[in-house]
Amino acid sequence: MDRKFAIKDPLAESRLFLSRIVSAFILILFLIAGLVIRLVYLQVVGHEHYATLSKDNRIKISPLPPTRGVIYDRKGRMLAENVPTYSLELIPEQIENLDDTLARLQKLLDISDEKIELFQKQRKRNKAFTSTLLLQNLSDEEVAKFAVVRPYFPGVDVYARLVRHYPYADLASHVVGYVGRINEKEMQTLPLAKYRGTNHIGKTGIEKTYEEHLLGTAGYEEIETNAQARAVNTVATVEPVAGSNIYLTLDIDLQKIAYDALSEFNGAAVAIEIKTGGVLVFASRPGFDPNPFVSGISGKEYKALQDSPDQPLYNRALRGQYPPGSTVKPFLALAGLEYGVTDFGHRLFCPGYYKLPNVDHKYRDWKKWGHGMVDMNDAITQSCDVYFYDLALALGIDKMHEFMDRFSFGRKTGIDLVGEVDGLMPSKEWKKHYRSQAWFPGETLITGIGQGYTQVTPLQLAHATASLANYGKVITPHLVHSIISADYADLIGGKADALIPLKKQNIDNIIKGMTNVVHGARGTAGRLAKAITYQIAGKTGTAQVFTIKQEEKYNEDAIDFKMRDHALFIAFAPVHDPQIAVAIIAEHGGHGGSVAAPIAGEIIDAYLNQNKEAQP
Amino acid sequence: MRTEMRNEQFQSPSVLGNLLRTLHIDIPLFIGLLLICATSFVILYSAGGQEMPLLVRHATRMGFAMLLMIVLAHINPRRFQSFSVALFSVCVLLLIAVAVMGQISMGAQRWLDLGFFRFQPSEFTKVSAPMMVAWYLSEHALPPKPKHVVGAATLLLLPVLLIAKQPDLGTALLVASSGAAVLFFAGLSWWFMLGCVTLLASLTPVLWHFMREYQRNRVLTFMNPEADPMGAGYHIIQSKIAIGSGGINGKGWLGSSQAELDFLPESSTDFIFAVFAEEFGLFGCVGLLVLYLLVISRCFYIAVQAQDTYSRLLAGSLAFTFFVYVFVNIGMVIGVLPVVGVPLPLVSYGGTSMVTLMAGFGILMSIHTHRKLLPV
Repeated sequence: MDRKFAIKDPLAESRLFLSRIVSAFILILFLIAGLVIRLVYLQVVGHEHYATLSKDNRIKISPLPPTRGVIYDRKGRMLAENVPTYSLELIPEQIENLDDTLARLQKLLDISDEKIELFQKQRKRNKAFTSTLLLQNLSDEEVAKFAVVRPYFPGVDVYARLVRHYPYADLASHVVGYVGRINEKEMQTLPLAKYRGTNHIGKTGIEKTYEEHLLGTAGYEEIETNAQARAVNTVATVEPVAGSNIYLTLDIDLQKIAYDALSEFNGAAVAIEIKTGGVLVFASRPGFDPNPFVSGISGKEYKALQDSPDQPLYNRALRGQYPPGSTVKPFLALAGLEYGVTDFGHRLFCPGYYKLPNVDHKYRDWKKWGHGMVDMNDAITQSCDVYFYDLALALGIDKMHEFMDRFSFGRKTGIDLVGEVDGLMPSKEWKKHYRSQAWFPGETLITGIGQGYTQVTPLQLAHATASLANYGKVITPHLVHSIISADYADLIGGKADALIPLKKQNIDNIIKGMTNVVHGARGTAGRLAKAITYQIAGKTGTAQVFTIKQEEKYNEDAIDFKMRDHALFIAFAPVHDPQIAVAIIAEHGGHGGSVAAPIAGEIIDAYLNQNKEAQP
Repeated sequence: MRTEMRNEQFQSPSVLGNLLRTLHIDIPLFIGLLLICATSFVILYSAGGQEMPLLVRHATRMGFAMLLMIVLAHINPRRFQSFSVALFSVCVLLLIAVAVMGQISMGAQRWLDLGFFRFQPSEFTKVSAPMMVAWYLSEHALPPKPKHVVGAATLLLLPVLLIAKQPDLGTALLVASSGAAVLFFAGLSWWFMLGCVTLLASLTPVLWHFMREYQRNRVLTFMNPEADPMGAGYHIIQSKIAIGSGGINGKGWLGSSQAELDFLPESSTDFIFAVFAEEFGLFGCVGLLVLYLLVISRCFYIAVQAQDTYSRLLAGSLAFTFFVYVFVNIGMVIGVLPVVGVPLPLVSYGGTSMVTLMAGFGILMSIHTHRKLLPV
């Protein structure tokens, strides 16, 4: 305490304080002078301008929503377009008794309570003088009906507005996605200035992923109105800037072929252009019609979609996680060669089962009586499980994980579509962390034939196949080819994002095995070879489905089908110059070779033929 | 006639002067405040749609605030000094209570409801924060050492963050500036201030980098409201039309068409200056600014005359914060500053800010009227 008094110098302190007061006062004078200058600018220089705006008139500001960008496929066919439709809108400020007006409108045009509620929410967000949407897609009849009684509805009018339309409906619903009305949750985080006058926002698919580009920039009009609130004159206009148009790498013709070929099966087909990473086909069946979502799907319709056992809203190509079955075998064979734990000529006798040392349990081959003496080529061609049990054991789970991870098994491919899932490629660490259990050798074996914990998405399979056909060059798959706006064009994709270090000889050997799957004498997809002039390399897969027993009680007939295995097939072609990689999953399709392979064949054939036609 | 009046004038100062001295009222400051309050009634009558009940409520609050001012003026500044820490602690605790209650009710909350009485702890922080910092710094020698500057900044940060989170950016800004003003008057080195400004400026891009897209957009709209003419920019556009159309002489009392047509939002609260500018023009505006400047000058005079460090720092800070109020509000209304909810001091309709402002002036008067006059 003594020190404090020793240091304090009251005189110096008060002198310092005085100087600070003077500084502060000077600062204040400057700032007040600044305010006065601004006031002079507004009240003297700008007086005439503002007086005109103020005099007897009122300035209203009304938003000019931008036109949303169009989504095209790679050949310029519109997948999402803007169609003019009639919509019924209300300007709350001009309506004396809003509740009464709404009640009368509801009676006149048979509007659901839901829509009224939605309108009320929207209205609270908008300014009272903004036109707010009540009903969309009015039929000619409805427009006529309203036109007759219009004089009794001041502040209510029918407008021709552009509304999103998806001409291909369910065919590309999972890729393109849809727009819907902005909901309350979205309002919390949206940059509201950008969305003035816009009622819709991308909810899924490309519409959501590329929302920022598609939206455009809102403009506005400053309108002068007279005492009766009639527009007299437009004072200033800031034009809206339309959203960018987006061209996809998707080919809607191929998409249709894939979608139709899946026919009665639920499942997915993905095809990737190997050289560019562009996604040609991204089909998930069943699809759904996205159009009702634009104007606001009714609760009943939505519930029907959601409760359907076929789950049409579920994007199987992107989010469906399936055991890959034997389709992992080419990759694991390559791993064996790369890590040097085996060689291509290594032979093994397959008695139809495999046993771990000192364990009684028999791990069965799909062929009850065994494949006999097989080398790696035979093992891939005939899909010998025993050979791969042995290989998996030699590799160990952690090496398998490490190798498969490079091909994006168990992690997102990074496609430009929201909602991608990781899938799962197990490892000892994963099991310890998520299951709190040690890894068992038997689990290594079944991982070797793509069963057990392993889960892949159709996209991951197609991507891995493309990376293999590309000799380890990994190109992130993408759906958007280019984004084109008034002042710029942005081309996307084509770049190699990673290179998996692989020996060419090893890949050649694996491709040889995969080619024999289709073209070899005992190949599991031999029927594909019949009608084609080029060579396809592929691998079939059959994934066991474990269904809950309780379900049997409910539906006896459906159970048989539901218990059937998933059919899988991966392929690329032509072998000598790979262009297209495909992955097919047909849920409960039974066998990969008989169900999934022909679908892949149709896609590949159509793609290669159309390319041939294109080159004279 | 003339002589009579002269006599009255001659006699009144001694009688009235004595009365005011016993009331501990500083006459020049008091007159300044009364003039501003009178202006407030005049403009509020017009801006509030010529409703008497509104004026009555305003008058009631003003009366209460004046009473509080006089009560505080009676308290010896020594007492303020000794209560600084306790008062500040209570404020911070109340802010925490508000934050916790806000958490529970899942919404923004500024009010503390005691059943019979609702109040905003953040308002009282406007006075208690500078008191606390002034107390803290006056305990040590001035100019403050770096560690004391850091200590003062830490003390300030807690309430400022709590208020900013409510979210009430306007009040957070005022609390922060009141504390910063104390540091400035205590003699914070110019280099240190320059350093802080540079550091803040260089941190902005870093902060920007960590923000999400929508947060960036919010900031951009905040900085430039005219980018959102349907939202925040709407106020500014209407306010500019009101002010600009007022011209040099104004449209005259009750002549504001923008407010009358209900086109200028918040015309009796935050945007009341726009109505004033429309009706009384540039002359009126400059007059009001001069009036504010006179009040601030008197407060600075009181600060310079103060006899101890604590009083000096507190007086200086209260005076400066009063100016910040004026500047931020008018700057916002004339479209040079972002829109933050800060009322025009003593003029805008609204209770709490008036009470705290008057409390501040009460403290200033206390400081001035409790001086020990040294025999010359």
